[in-house]
Amino acid sequence: MTITLHVNGVANKLTLAPWTTLLDALRIHLGLTGTKKGCDHGQCGACTVLVDGRRINSCLTLAVMKDGAQIMTIEGLAKNGALHPIQRAFIDHDAFQCGYCTPGQICSAVGLIAEGRAHTADEIRELMSGNICRCGAYPNILAAIEQVISQKSAPAPRDGGS
Amino acid sequence: MNNFEFSRASDVADAVRQMAADPGARFVAGGTNLIDLIKEGVARPTRLIDITRLPLGRLDETGDGGLRIGALVPNSDLAYHPQIEKRYPLLRSAILAGASPQLRNMATTGGNLLQRTRCFYFYDTTTPCNKREPGSGCSAIDGLNRMHAILGTSEHCIATHPSDMCVALAALDARVLATGRDGERSIAFADFHRLPGDTPQLDTNLKKDEIITAIELPPKGFATNYSYLKIRDRLSYAFALVAVAAALEIENGAIKEARLALGGVAHKPWRDRQAESQLRGAPAIRESFVRAADNVLRDARSFRHNDFKIELARRAIVRTLTQAANGTPQSQGDKRIR
Repeated sequence: MTITLHVNGVANKLTLAPWTTLLDALRIHLGLTGTKKGCDHGQCGACTVLVDGRRINSCLTLAVMKDGAQIMTIEGLAKNGALHPIQRAFIDHDAFQCGYCTPGQICSAVGLIAEGRAHTADEIRELMSGNICRCGAYPNILAAIEQVISQKSAPAPRDGGS
Repeated sequence: MNNFEFSRASDVADAVRQMAADPGARFVAGGTNLIDLIKEGVARPTRLIDITRLPLGRLDETGDGGLRIGALVPNSDLAYHPQIEKRYPLLRSAILAGASPQLRNMATTGGNLLQRTRCFYFYDTTTPCNKREPGSGCSAIDGLNRMHAILGTSEHCIATHPSDMCVALAALDARVLATGRDGERSIAFADFHRLPGDTPQLDTNLKKDEIITAIELPPKGFATNYSYLKIRDRLSYAFALVAVAAALEIENGAIKEARLALGGVAHKPWRDRQAESQLRGAPAIRESFVRAADNVLRDARSFRHNDFKIELARRAIVRTLTQAANGTPQSQGDKRIR
């Protein structure tokens, strides 16, 4: 099937077998290997990308079902050589060790901040729970995200819990 | 992944027509469970019919003051919808107890109902499993069965239904709207999922050519006295060992209406009408909740590794009813249990 994926602002026409995941389309067909294949079963979050602004697991997504969609990967976050604030914060806080989960953590954090539902450390932890870090860099990942959220927003009304 | 044909449905009638034409076809929307099952070789569809472009993404008021949730509404949009937050917070809480934000962004309302069990043996194609391969046997009954069912099991299957959302929908008396070749029908939530019996390969009573189009919530949302408590091996992003949805209406200290549904303990969301009717009219105090819990678990049976679940379920029921009665529902952000 021939589809168009708009990846990081660039339209790409691709001819793909229907069983190609979005993750494999990005990595193999477009050479964008920043997005990582961890478990390949939606359990680790390493493959997280933003599709039409929402964070999803690209390993459980068929590329042909995203024909025409806007996809943002880790490669698209820096603008004109300037790192995205979340990328900057991950470096400031040393929020990784091996780095394998980092692109997924960063894309997930970008989605989290756009959603605007995490205001406390507990809420950030809960809403980042779809991203596993085998090295256990969680305290620094949390600190990096807290920094960006506190820079970004004046105190917002608390979500009513649930 | 196993190879398959792929097509898109242009409207509901087209989806039904395409499904009826291909016995090996499956609908795909969020794909969070189905794509994984195809990767594992557990599901082997010959065709996937993409239904994501159907107009089933709306949330509307119904004539009787309830809500109709389109089958394609993503779990995250549903949980955070202002009407759900205000009128059906039990449903919101249950959804937010499940999966991860990424998966909730992908997963749809209709698809959530059709999730398959996470029994390890169902996933492991090298082992016997009556659900995956009818007649081959159940590896879980004498195997590693810590996650497995304690209610409504059969000698053929002790798998559990994995959904949190469905536990709340069961408690709220939701209805499932489905369309097939014979037209549209409305199915009571309690009649939607099945117990394993001697046909554990069938999870639901949905017919092969039917597509879920919507879920309907009745007007009563129990927004004052409710709680969803999910007990699991880690605080987030894990399936339930035991989950309890409790919803009460209390008048002058007495229980006027009670709903109690359990997850993680049976092949379907477990509602117990006998325990509910016992609660009706009783004082909203611990003794009533203990009696109800004992009643729910009267026929519970465990399989060695899950022996602990019976007492865990008993305590979780008492705790959840207490939280509901006190108007202090379990938070899904702050996991401390109070």
